[in-house]
Amino acid sequence: MKKELKIPRIKDGTVIDHITAGNAVKVLHILGIPRSTSSIVSVAINVKSKLGKKDIVKVENRELDPQEVDKIALIAPKATINIIRDYEVAKKHKVELPNEIVGIVSCSNPTCVSNANEPVTSRFKVIKKDPPRIKCYYCEREPEDISDRII
Amino acid sequence: MLLFLIRMKFKGKDIISIKDFTKNEISYILDYAEEMIPYAKGDKYKDILKGKVLSSLFFEPSTRTRLSFESSMNRLGGRVIGFSDPSGTSQKKGESLADTIRMADSYSDAIVIRHPHEGAARLAAEFADIPVINAGDGAGRHPTQCLLDLFTIRKEKKRIENKKIILLGDLKYGRTVHSIAYALAIYKAELTFVSPISLKMPNEVINECKDLGVEPVSTSNLEKAIKDADVLYVTRIQKERFPDAEEYNRVVGSYKVNNELLKNAKDELIIMHPLPRVTEIDPEVDKTHHALYFKQAFNGVPVRMALLSLVIGGSI
Repeated sequence: MKKELKIPRIKDGTVIDHITAGNAVKVLHILGIPRSTSSIVSVAINVKSKLGKKDIVKVENRELDPQEVDKIALIAPKATINIIRDYEVAKKHKVELPNEIVGIVSCSNPTCVSNANEPVTSRFKVIKKDPPRIKCYYCEREPEDISDRII
Repeated sequence: MLLFLIRMKFKGKDIISIKDFTKNEISYILDYAEEMIPYAKGDKYKDILKGKVLSSLFFEPSTRTRLSFESSMNRLGGRVIGFSDPSGTSQKKGESLADTIRMADSYSDAIVIRHPHEGAARLAAEFADIPVINAGDGAGRHPTQCLLDLFTIRKEKKRIENKKIILLGDLKYGRTVHSIAYALAIYKAELTFVSPISLKMPNEVINECKDLGVEPVSTSNLEKAIKDADVLYVTRIQKERFPDAEEYNRVVGSYKVNNELLKNAKDELIIMHPLPRVTEIDPEVDKTHHALYFKQAFNGVPVRMALLSLVIGGSI
């Protein structure tokens, strides 16, 4: 029997697969959707897969840039990014957190100098990649819920 | 050769967090501080920092840290510029810390900074080419206090390894206890954390100790913990770190070290305190042989002399 697709294939754009189930809406928030795009975006939540449930996001006519990929890795460390060109997968890679996160997450410590009026960008050391744990470069605190601290 | 290499690594280095240093590097600083003692007491003099200028930027009040840094610089022949109250500076006009640091960078050979924001010293190090020494950043780190505490324990107890050490008091907001817990864990000391429940040691610090192979015990029962302790490290409940007065009033005075308590302690127990103290150590304890906090405060001078000499350059 032919496998039925929950959401249709796209001609060009990006498919973010293997998002931790329930995190698709946060991924959209990180990508600034719908504010940043007028593309058609399809979202599937709690899709059955070999490894349990997952979410999928399909963004038409938009190829994600690396910084956006980094952001996604913070809340969906097992996600894969598929760049689609003319219905074919042109590029496929697993997201991977870099060793340092700059300008993506704000420090949860209100008295951290990175939250003061200083000419610096927030900066975090990645201390664990999966599940992600990060530590502020300045005050060394770990934000408890990273997804709440995405700038 | 190894010692020479360690020494070379310190020249121009920032002293921001004790975590930036290996055990070998820490031990090297403590050994060098030992050599500094006669110079710190004024029994010997060598102007190895003659012609050098230290910027002493204290955005928060301090007695011991500021004075001991200034004493250290002077005793090595250097000079000190700076302030102990930012109200007389352009910070009052809204100048950023980054710009203040840029200025100090061009006027001096090293910067010592105390600031109410956590991470301020790390930021300062980004904007300065000269070495920056953290003299306390908010509720964050205070590496030179940590080094002088290690120096004191090692000097009094001959070693730190396997010593039973109690950290008592405000373990949640106290900046010295977070650094010292980590550093003591590097040396494999046996740690007991005693505090009111609302001021418990943060899990983050406990986990760091565990990562270093030390399993700290947490309790609120000081009477029991003190029985076999080698070191009792007491801290003040810091009013200025509490988000609201109500929480402070609930816990202030919740523990007190007095002669009655010390009846249960080992004869060779030493009591340390980063000072200032308020009510947590009864003045009657000062006269006992357990009290080490004033000697501990003096140790700030040889340790800071060693650090200034290492990061600016020059050797006794």
